[in-house]
Amino acid sequence: MKPAPFDYVRAESVHHAVRLLAENKDGARIIAGGQSLMTAMNFRMSSPALLVDIGELEHLRDITLTADARLRIGALTRHADLDASPDIAAHTPLLRKAIRHVAHTAIRNRGTFGGSLSHADPASELPACVMALDATIHIVGPDGDRVVPARHFFTGVHETALGAGEVLVAVELDVIKADEVSGFGEFARRQGDYAMVGLAAHGRIAAGLLTAVDLAFFAVGSTPILARRAAAALVDPATPDPAQRLQRAREALSLDLDPPDDPQSSAAMRMELARVLLGRVVGDMLARGAGA
Amino acid sequence: MDIVLTINGRPHHLSVEPRVVLLDALRDRIGLTGTKKGCDQGQCGACTVLIDGQRVLSCFVLAATVTGEITTIEGLAPEGGPLHPMQQAFIEQDALQCGYCTPGQILSAIACVHEGHAGSAEEVREYMSGNLCRCAAYPNIVQAVLQAAPQMDATAGPTSAETV
Repeated sequence: MKPAPFDYVRAESVHHAVRLLAENKDGARIIAGGQSLMTAMNFRMSSPALLVDIGELEHLRDITLTADARLRIGALTRHADLDASPDIAAHTPLLRKAIRHVAHTAIRNRGTFGGSLSHADPASELPACVMALDATIHIVGPDGDRVVPARHFFTGVHETALGAGEVLVAVELDVIKADEVSGFGEFARRQGDYAMVGLAAHGRIAAGLLTAVDLAFFAVGSTPILARRAAAALVDPATPDPAQRLQRAREALSLDLDPPDDPQSSAAMRMELARVLLGRVVGDMLARGAGA
Repeated sequence: MDIVLTINGRPHHLSVEPRVVLLDALRDRIGLTGTKKGCDQGQCGACTVLIDGQRVLSCFVLAATVTGEITTIEGLAPEGGPLHPMQQAFIEQDALQCGYCTPGQILSAIACVHEGHAGSAEEVREYMSGNLCRCAAYPNIVQAVLQAAPQMDATAGPTSAETV
Protein backbone atom coordinates (compact mmCIF):
# COMPACT_ATOMS: atom_id res chain seq x y z
CA MET A 1 0.00 0.00 0.00
CA LYS A 2 0.98 3.65 -0.22
CA PRO A 3 0.90 6.28 2.50
CA ALA A 4 -1.92 8.83 2.50
CA PRO A 5 -0.85 12.18 0.99
CA PHE A 6 1.14 14.53 3.20
CA ASP A 7 3.32 17.62 2.95
CA TYR A 8 7.03 17.30 3.52
CA VAL A 9 9.57 19.76 4.87
CA ARG A 10 13.26 19.13 5.48
CA ALA A 11 14.07 20.89 8.76
CA GLU A 12 17.13 23.15 8.72
CA SER A 13 17.59 23.12 12.48
CA VAL A 14 16.01 21.68 15.61
CA HIS A 15 14.31 25.02 16.25
CA HIS A 16 12.96 25.03 12.70
CA ALA A 17 11.49 21.58 13.36
CA VAL A 18 9.99 22.72 16.66
CA ARG A 19 8.42 25.75 14.93
CA LEU A 20 6.94 23.59 12.18
CA LEU A 21 5.46 21.21 14.75
CA ALA A 22 3.99 24.16 16.67
CA GLU A 23 2.44 25.63 13.52
CA ASN A 24 0.83 22.31 12.59
CA LYS A 25 -0.31 21.16 15.99
CA ASP A 26 -2.22 17.97 15.33
CA GLY A 27 -1.12 16.85 11.92
CA ALA A 28 2.69 17.04 11.99
CA ARG A 29 5.14 14.30 12.81
CA ILE A 30 8.92 14.10 12.92
CA ILE A 31 10.57 11.62 10.57
CA ALA A 32 14.19 10.57 10.95
CA GLY A 33 15.15 7.08 9.78
CA GLY A 34 11.52 6.24 9.10
CA GLN A 35 11.97 2.55 9.88
CA SER A 36 8.92 2.40 12.13
CA LEU A 37 6.91 5.36 10.86
CA MET A 38 7.01 4.24 7.22
CA THR A 39 5.39 0.88 8.07
CA ALA A 40 2.66 2.65 9.99
CA MET A 41 2.17 5.06 7.09
CA ASN A 42 2.34 2.39 4.37
CA PHE A 43 -0.50 0.62 6.18
CA ARG A 44 -2.29 3.91 6.95
CA MET A 45 -2.18 3.33 10.66
CA SER A 46 -0.61 6.79 10.78
CA SER A 47 -1.57 9.57 8.34
CA PRO A 48 0.21 12.79 9.31
CA ALA A 49 -0.62 15.91 7.27
CA LEU A 50 2.99 17.10 7.48
CA LEU A 51 6.25 15.22 7.84
CA VAL A 52 9.13 17.20 9.31
CA ASP A 53 12.34 15.48 8.24
CA ILE A 54 15.20 15.95 10.72
CA GLY A 55 17.36 13.36 8.95
CA GLU A 56 19.82 15.92 7.60
CA LEU A 57 20.65 17.48 11.00
CA GLU A 58 24.01 15.74 11.15
CA HIS A 59 25.03 17.31 14.47
CA LEU A 60 22.32 15.20 16.12
CA ARG A 61 24.32 12.11 15.14
CA ASP A 62 27.30 12.70 17.46
CA ILE A 63 28.38 10.40 20.27
CA THR A 64 30.43 12.40 22.80
CA LEU A 65 31.90 11.98 26.26
CA THR A 66 30.81 14.91 28.43
CA ALA A 67 32.97 16.67 31.02
CA ASP A 68 31.14 14.86 33.84
CA ALA A 69 32.00 11.41 32.41
CA ARG A 70 28.65 10.78 30.80
CA LEU A 71 28.04 9.58 27.28
CA ARG A 72 25.82 11.82 25.17
CA ILE A 73 24.26 10.05 22.21
CA GLY A 74 22.56 12.20 19.58
CA ALA A 75 19.02 11.28 18.61
CA LEU A 76 19.98 10.63 14.98
CA THR A 77 22.63 8.06 15.86
CA ARG A 78 21.83 5.08 13.64
CA HIS A 79 21.49 1.60 15.10
CA ALA A 80 24.45 0.67 12.88
CA ASP A 81 26.46 3.54 14.47
CA LEU A 82 25.72 2.16 17.94
CA ASP A 83 26.92 -1.24 16.77
CA ALA A 84 30.15 0.12 15.25
CA SER A 85 31.09 2.86 17.73
CA PRO A 86 34.17 2.10 19.90
CA ASP A 87 32.78 4.57 22.49
CA ILE A 88 29.55 2.60 22.78
CA ALA A 89 31.44 -0.70 23.03
CA ALA A 90 33.75 0.67 25.75
CA HIS A 91 31.38 2.82 27.75
CA THR A 92 27.91 1.33 27.42
CA PRO A 93 28.21 -2.25 26.20
CA LEU A 94 24.54 -2.92 26.96
CA LEU A 95 23.50 -0.90 23.90
CA ARG A 96 25.83 -2.89 21.67
CA LYS A 97 24.46 -6.18 22.98
CA ALA A 98 20.90 -4.99 22.43
CA ILE A 99 21.39 -3.61 18.94
CA ARG A 100 22.22 -7.08 17.57
CA HIS A 101 18.61 -7.98 18.31
CA VAL A 102 17.09 -4.97 16.53
CA ALA A 103 15.70 -6.16 13.20
CA HIS A 104 18.33 -6.65 10.46
CA THR A 105 21.25 -4.73 8.97
CA ALA A 106 19.25 -2.84 6.33
CA ILE A 107 16.93 -1.47 9.01
CA ARG A 108 19.80 -0.78 11.42
CA ASN A 109 21.45 1.33 8.70
CA ARG A 110 18.54 3.79 8.73
CA GLY A 111 16.77 3.43 12.07
CA THR A 112 17.78 5.95 14.74
CA PHE A 113 18.20 5.79 18.51
CA GLY A 114 15.94 8.80 19.11
CA GLY A 115 13.36 7.49 16.68
CA SER A 116 13.16 4.15 18.45
CA LEU A 117 12.72 5.85 21.84
CA SER A 118 10.11 8.33 20.54
CA HIS A 119 8.20 5.55 18.79
CA ALA A 120 8.02 3.70 22.13
CA ASP A 121 7.06 0.31 20.80
CA PRO A 122 6.53 -1.97 23.81
CA ALA A 123 8.52 -4.73 22.07
CA SER A 124 11.53 -2.49 21.32
CA GLU A 125 14.92 -3.15 22.84
CA LEU A 126 16.29 0.37 23.27
CA PRO A 127 13.58 1.81 25.56
CA ALA A 128 14.31 -1.01 28.02
CA CYS A 129 18.04 -0.32 27.78
CA VAL A 130 17.74 3.36 28.64
CA MET A 131 15.50 2.45 31.58
CA ALA A 132 17.95 -0.15 32.87
CA LEU A 133 20.79 2.37 32.53
CA ASP A 134 18.77 5.16 34.22
CA ALA A 135 19.56 7.43 31.27
CA THR A 136 18.19 10.92 30.76
CA ILE A 137 16.23 12.03 27.70
CA HIS A 138 17.05 15.51 26.39
CA ILE A 139 14.23 17.37 24.71
CA VAL A 140 13.87 20.66 22.85
CA GLY A 141 10.44 22.23 22.58
CA PRO A 142 8.61 25.51 22.08
CA ASP A 143 9.17 26.43 25.74
CA GLY A 144 12.88 25.61 25.69
CA ASP A 145 14.97 22.62 26.69
CA ARG A 146 14.13 20.03 29.31
CA VAL A 147 15.45 16.75 30.61
CA VAL A 148 13.26 13.76 31.50
CA PRO A 149 14.56 10.64 33.27
CA ALA A 150 14.16 7.64 30.96
CA ARG A 151 12.24 5.92 33.74
CA HIS A 152 9.54 8.58 33.43
CA PHE A 153 9.66 8.92 29.66
CA PHE A 154 7.59 5.93 28.51
CA THR A 155 3.93 6.35 29.39
CA GLY A 156 2.07 3.84 27.21
CA VAL A 157 1.97 1.94 23.93
CA HIS A 158 3.64 4.37 21.48
CA GLU A 159 3.19 7.10 24.12
CA THR A 160 5.91 9.14 25.80
CA ALA A 161 6.46 12.26 27.88
CA LEU A 162 7.13 14.21 24.66
CA GLY A 163 4.63 17.06 24.50
CA ALA A 164 3.22 18.88 21.49
CA GLY A 165 5.99 20.42 19.44
CA GLU A 166 8.78 18.70 21.33
CA VAL A 167 11.74 16.91 19.72
CA LEU A 168 13.98 14.33 21.39
CA VAL A 169 17.55 15.48 20.63
CA ALA A 170 19.86 13.30 22.76
CA VAL A 171 20.24 10.69 25.46
CA GLU A 172 22.79 10.88 28.26
CA LEU A 173 23.93 8.04 30.46
CA ASP A 174 26.70 7.21 32.91
CA VAL A 175 29.66 5.34 31.44
CA ILE A 176 30.07 1.79 32.77
CA LYS A 177 32.30 1.58 35.86
CA ALA A 178 34.92 -1.07 36.62
CA ASP A 179 32.67 -2.96 39.04
CA GLU A 180 29.56 -2.86 36.82
CA VAL A 181 28.20 -5.39 34.36
CA SER A 182 25.30 -5.41 31.93
CA GLY A 183 23.32 -8.20 30.35
CA PHE A 184 20.75 -8.56 27.61
CA GLY A 185 18.56 -11.27 26.20
CA GLU A 186 15.29 -11.79 24.40
CA PHE A 187 13.05 -14.47 22.99
CA ALA A 188 11.73 -13.95 19.49
CA ARG A 189 10.31 -16.37 16.93
CA ARG A 190 13.28 -15.63 14.69
CA GLN A 191 16.40 -13.53 15.23
CA GLY A 192 15.44 -9.93 14.44
CA ASP A 193 11.71 -10.40 14.93
CA TYR A 194 9.76 -8.51 17.57
CA ALA A 195 10.52 -9.83 21.02
CA MET A 196 8.03 -12.03 22.85
CA VAL A 197 9.91 -11.22 26.07
CA GLY A 198 13.14 -9.30 26.53
CA LEU A 199 15.37 -8.18 29.37
CA ALA A 200 17.97 -5.41 29.64
CA ALA A 201 19.91 -5.52 32.90
CA HIS A 202 22.65 -3.46 34.49
CA GLY A 203 24.23 -4.04 37.88
CA ARG A 204 27.23 -3.99 40.17
CA ILE A 205 29.25 -7.02 41.21
CA ALA A 206 31.44 -7.68 44.24
CA ALA A 207 32.98 -11.04 45.13
CA GLY A 208 30.91 -12.90 42.56
CA LEU A 209 27.60 -11.54 43.81
CA LEU A 210 25.36 -8.79 42.50
CA THR A 211 25.26 -5.86 44.92
CA ALA A 212 22.89 -3.74 42.84
CA VAL A 213 20.89 -4.47 39.72
CA ASP A 214 18.22 -2.93 37.52
CA LEU A 215 16.08 -5.27 35.42
CA ALA A 216 14.07 -3.71 32.59
CA PHE A 217 11.75 -6.27 30.98
CA PHE A 218 10.08 -5.45 27.67
CA ALA A 219 7.28 -6.86 25.53
CA VAL A 220 5.50 -7.80 28.77
CA GLY A 221 3.36 -4.65 29.10
CA SER A 222 2.59 -1.33 27.49
CA THR A 223 6.00 0.09 28.47
CA PRO A 224 9.27 -1.49 29.65
CA ILE A 225 8.87 -2.54 33.28
CA LEU A 226 11.47 -2.38 36.04
CA ALA A 227 11.22 -5.63 37.99
CA ARG A 228 11.97 -4.16 41.40
CA ARG A 229 11.04 -7.12 43.61
CA ALA A 230 13.05 -9.57 41.52
CA ALA A 231 15.96 -7.13 41.57
CA ALA A 232 15.75 -6.85 45.36
CA ALA A 233 15.87 -10.66 45.69
CA LEU A 234 18.95 -10.82 43.46
CA VAL A 235 20.93 -8.50 45.76
CA ASP A 236 19.48 -9.63 49.10
CA PRO A 237 22.42 -9.71 51.57
CA ALA A 238 20.49 -12.18 53.75
CA THR A 239 20.82 -14.80 50.97
CA PRO A 240 24.50 -15.53 50.33
CA ASP A 241 23.94 -18.28 47.73
CA PRO A 242 23.56 -16.88 44.16
CA ALA A 243 21.45 -19.86 43.05
CA GLN A 244 19.04 -19.28 45.94
CA ARG A 245 18.90 -15.58 45.14
CA LEU A 246 18.00 -16.39 41.56
CA GLN A 247 15.30 -18.81 42.65
CA ARG A 248 13.73 -16.15 44.90
CA ALA A 249 14.00 -13.58 42.10
CA ARG A 250 12.20 -15.91 39.69
CA GLU A 251 9.40 -16.33 42.23
CA ALA A 252 9.24 -12.57 42.86
CA LEU A 253 8.91 -11.91 39.14
CA SER A 254 5.20 -12.78 39.21
CA LEU A 255 4.72 -9.77 41.53
CA ASP A 256 6.58 -7.47 39.15
CA LEU A 257 5.13 -8.54 35.81
CA ASP A 258 1.59 -9.09 34.59
CA PRO A 259 2.08 -9.83 30.90
CA PRO A 260 -0.90 -9.74 28.53
CA ASP A 261 -2.27 -12.53 26.36
CA ASP A 262 -1.82 -12.01 22.67
CA PRO A 263 -1.97 -14.17 19.54
CA GLN A 264 1.77 -14.76 19.71
CA SER A 265 1.93 -16.11 23.23
CA SER A 266 -0.25 -16.53 26.29
CA ALA A 267 0.36 -14.58 29.49
CA ALA A 268 1.50 -17.78 31.23
CA MET A 269 3.98 -18.53 28.45
CA ARG A 270 5.38 -14.98 28.60
CA MET A 271 5.76 -15.25 32.37
CA GLU A 272 7.63 -18.53 32.03
CA LEU A 273 9.86 -17.09 29.30
CA ALA A 274 10.59 -14.07 31.53
CA ARG A 275 11.72 -16.42 34.33
CA VAL A 276 13.94 -18.39 31.96
CA LEU A 277 15.39 -15.18 30.56
CA LEU A 278 16.10 -13.83 34.04
CA GLY A 279 18.13 -16.95 34.82
CA ARG A 280 20.06 -16.80 31.56
CA VAL A 281 20.85 -13.08 31.66
CA VAL A 282 21.85 -13.05 35.35
CA GLY A 283 23.89 -16.22 34.84
CA ASP A 284 25.67 -14.58 31.93
CA MET A 285 26.37 -11.42 33.97
CA LEU A 286 27.82 -13.39 36.88
CA ALA A 287 29.87 -15.58 34.54
CA ARG A 288 31.39 -12.63 32.70
CA GLY A 289 32.02 -10.55 35.80
CA ALA A 290 32.40 -6.80 36.10
CA GLY A 291 33.40 -4.38 33.36
CA ALA A 292 31.46 -5.71 30.36
CA MET B 1 8.21 18.17 -5.44
CA ASP B 2 11.20 18.11 -7.78
CA ILE B 3 14.00 15.78 -6.85
CA VAL B 4 17.16 14.34 -8.35
CA LEU B 5 18.03 10.72 -7.71
CA THR B 6 21.46 9.42 -8.63
CA ILE B 7 20.91 5.81 -9.63
CA ASN B 8 23.67 3.52 -10.88
CA GLY B 9 25.83 6.56 -11.57
CA ARG B 10 23.23 8.51 -13.57
CA PRO B 11 21.12 11.44 -12.34
CA HIS B 12 17.35 11.15 -12.77
CA HIS B 13 15.15 14.26 -12.48
CA LEU B 14 11.70 13.51 -11.14
CA SER B 15 8.65 15.34 -9.93
CA VAL B 16 7.08 13.24 -7.18
CA GLU B 17 4.58 13.52 -4.39
CA PRO B 18 6.32 13.48 -1.01
CA ARG B 19 4.63 10.16 -0.20
CA VAL B 20 6.37 8.25 -2.99
CA VAL B 21 8.77 5.71 -1.51
CA LEU B 22 12.04 4.99 -3.27
CA LEU B 23 10.83 1.53 -4.30
CA ASP B 24 7.86 2.94 -6.23
CA ALA B 25 9.98 5.71 -7.75
CA LEU B 26 12.46 3.13 -9.04
CA ARG B 27 9.86 0.76 -10.45
CA ASP B 28 6.99 2.96 -11.59
CA ARG B 29 8.68 6.23 -12.47
CA ILE B 30 12.13 5.24 -13.70
CA GLY B 31 11.30 1.77 -14.99
CA LEU B 32 13.94 -0.06 -13.01
CA THR B 33 11.78 -3.03 -12.14
CA GLY B 34 14.61 -5.25 -10.96
CA THR B 35 13.96 -4.07 -7.40
CA LYS B 36 10.98 -6.08 -6.14
CA LYS B 37 8.06 -5.17 -3.92
CA GLY B 38 7.39 -7.83 -1.34
CA CYS B 39 5.74 -6.78 1.89
CA ASP B 40 5.95 -2.96 2.24
CA GLN B 41 6.66 -3.47 5.92
CA GLY B 42 10.35 -4.19 6.16
CA GLN B 43 10.01 -7.89 6.78
CA CYS B 44 11.12 -9.53 3.54
CA GLY B 45 14.14 -7.68 2.10
CA ALA B 46 13.00 -8.05 -1.54
CA CYS B 47 13.30 -4.28 -2.05
CA THR B 48 16.88 -4.00 -0.74
CA VAL B 49 19.04 -1.45 -2.61
CA LEU B 50 22.30 0.26 -1.70
CA ILE B 51 22.53 3.94 -0.78
CA ASP B 52 26.17 5.09 -0.63
CA GLY B 53 27.06 1.42 -0.41
CA GLN B 54 24.85 0.69 2.58
CA ARG B 55 21.94 -1.70 2.23
CA VAL B 56 18.54 -0.18 2.91
CA LEU B 57 14.94 -1.19 2.34
CA SER B 58 13.59 0.98 -0.48
CA CYS B 59 9.99 0.50 0.71
CA PHE B 60 10.95 2.34 3.91
CA VAL B 61 12.69 5.32 2.36
CA LEU B 62 10.84 8.30 0.94
CA ALA B 63 12.33 9.15 -2.46
CA ALA B 64 12.41 12.82 -1.47
CA THR B 65 14.72 12.09 1.47
CA VAL B 66 17.45 10.37 -0.54
CA THR B 67 20.60 12.40 -1.10
CA GLY B 68 23.11 9.58 -1.59
CA GLU B 69 24.02 7.41 -4.57
CA ILE B 70 21.63 4.55 -5.19
CA THR B 71 22.74 1.19 -6.58
CA THR B 72 20.13 -1.26 -7.87
CA ILE B 73 20.50 -4.73 -9.37
CA GLU B 74 20.57 -3.13 -12.85
CA GLY B 75 23.75 -1.23 -11.93
CA LEU B 76 25.93 -4.14 -10.89
CA ALA B 77 27.22 -5.16 -14.31
CA PRO B 78 27.47 -3.45 -17.71
CA GLU B 79 25.04 -4.50 -20.43
CA GLY B 80 26.50 -7.56 -22.12
CA GLY B 81 29.62 -7.44 -19.92
CA PRO B 82 30.77 -9.81 -17.21
CA LEU B 83 28.44 -10.19 -14.26
CA HIS B 84 29.28 -8.98 -10.77
CA PRO B 85 31.02 -11.81 -8.87
CA MET B 86 27.98 -12.07 -6.60
CA GLN B 87 25.60 -12.46 -9.55
CA GLN B 88 27.90 -15.08 -11.08
CA ALA B 89 28.08 -16.94 -7.77
CA PHE B 90 24.28 -17.01 -7.45
CA ILE B 91 24.11 -18.64 -10.89
CA GLU B 92 26.90 -21.12 -10.22
CA GLN B 93 25.53 -22.12 -6.81
CA ASP B 94 21.94 -22.31 -8.12
CA ALA B 95 21.00 -19.90 -5.33
CA LEU B 96 17.44 -19.24 -6.51
CA GLN B 97 14.29 -20.91 -7.69
CA CYS B 98 11.58 -18.40 -8.56
CA GLY B 99 14.03 -15.50 -8.43
CA TYR B 100 11.71 -12.91 -6.90
CA CYS B 101 13.88 -12.32 -3.84
CA THR B 102 17.14 -12.56 -5.79
CA PRO B 103 17.84 -8.88 -6.58
CA GLY B 104 17.41 -8.04 -2.90
CA GLN B 105 19.48 -11.05 -1.87
CA ILE B 106 22.33 -10.08 -4.19
CA LEU B 107 22.48 -6.42 -3.07
CA SER B 108 22.22 -7.48 0.56
CA ALA B 109 24.97 -10.05 -0.02
CA ILE B 110 27.30 -7.47 -1.58
CA ALA B 111 26.80 -5.19 1.44
CA CYS B 112 27.24 -8.18 3.75
CA VAL B 113 30.68 -8.84 2.23
CA HIS B 114 31.72 -5.18 2.37
CA GLU B 115 30.62 -4.96 6.00
CA GLY B 116 33.00 -7.83 6.74
CA HIS B 117 30.20 -10.20 7.71
CA ALA B 118 30.92 -13.02 5.26
CA GLY B 119 33.65 -14.79 7.23
CA SER B 120 31.77 -18.03 7.83
CA ALA B 121 28.55 -19.76 6.88
CA GLU B 122 27.18 -18.98 10.33
CA GLU B 123 27.97 -15.28 9.97
CA VAL B 124 26.45 -15.15 6.47
CA ARG B 125 23.28 -16.80 7.76
CA GLU B 126 23.02 -14.22 10.56
CA TYR B 127 23.74 -11.16 8.42
CA MET B 128 21.59 -12.29 5.47
CA SER B 129 18.66 -13.12 7.74
CA GLY B 130 16.77 -9.96 6.77
CA ASN B 131 16.23 -11.34 3.26
CA LEU B 132 13.57 -14.00 3.05
CA CYS B 133 13.44 -16.66 0.32
CA ARG B 134 10.10 -18.43 0.24
CA CYS B 135 11.56 -21.09 -2.08
CA ALA B 136 14.05 -21.71 0.74
CA ALA B 137 17.18 -21.63 -1.41
CA TYR B 138 19.03 -20.59 1.74
CA PRO B 139 21.84 -23.21 1.73
CA ASN B 140 22.74 -22.26 -1.86
CA ILE B 141 22.53 -18.54 -1.09
CA VAL B 142 24.98 -19.00 1.78
CA GLN B 143 27.33 -20.92 -0.54
CA ALA B 144 27.05 -18.18 -3.18
CA VAL B 145 27.97 -15.46 -0.70
CA LEU B 146 30.92 -17.49 0.54
CA GLN B 147 32.05 -18.10 -3.05
CA ALA B 148 31.86 -14.44 -4.09
CA ALA B 149 33.34 -12.92 -0.93
CA PRO B 150 37.03 -13.57 -1.69
CA GLN B 151 36.52 -12.45 -5.30
CA MET B 152 35.28 -9.05 -4.24
CA ASP B 153 37.89 -6.48 -3.26
CA ALA B 154 37.00 -5.94 0.39
CA THR B 155 38.38 -2.41 0.37
CA ALA B 156 36.44 -1.03 -2.61
CA GLY B 157 33.00 0.43 -2.09
CA PRO B 158 30.23 -1.33 -4.01
CA THR B 159 29.10 1.90 -5.65
CA SER B 160 32.37 2.82 -7.34
CA ALA B 161 34.24 0.36 -9.51
CA GLU B 162 31.50 -2.21 -9.50
CA THR B 163 28.92 0.20 -10.85
CA VAL B 164 28.77 1.08 -14.51
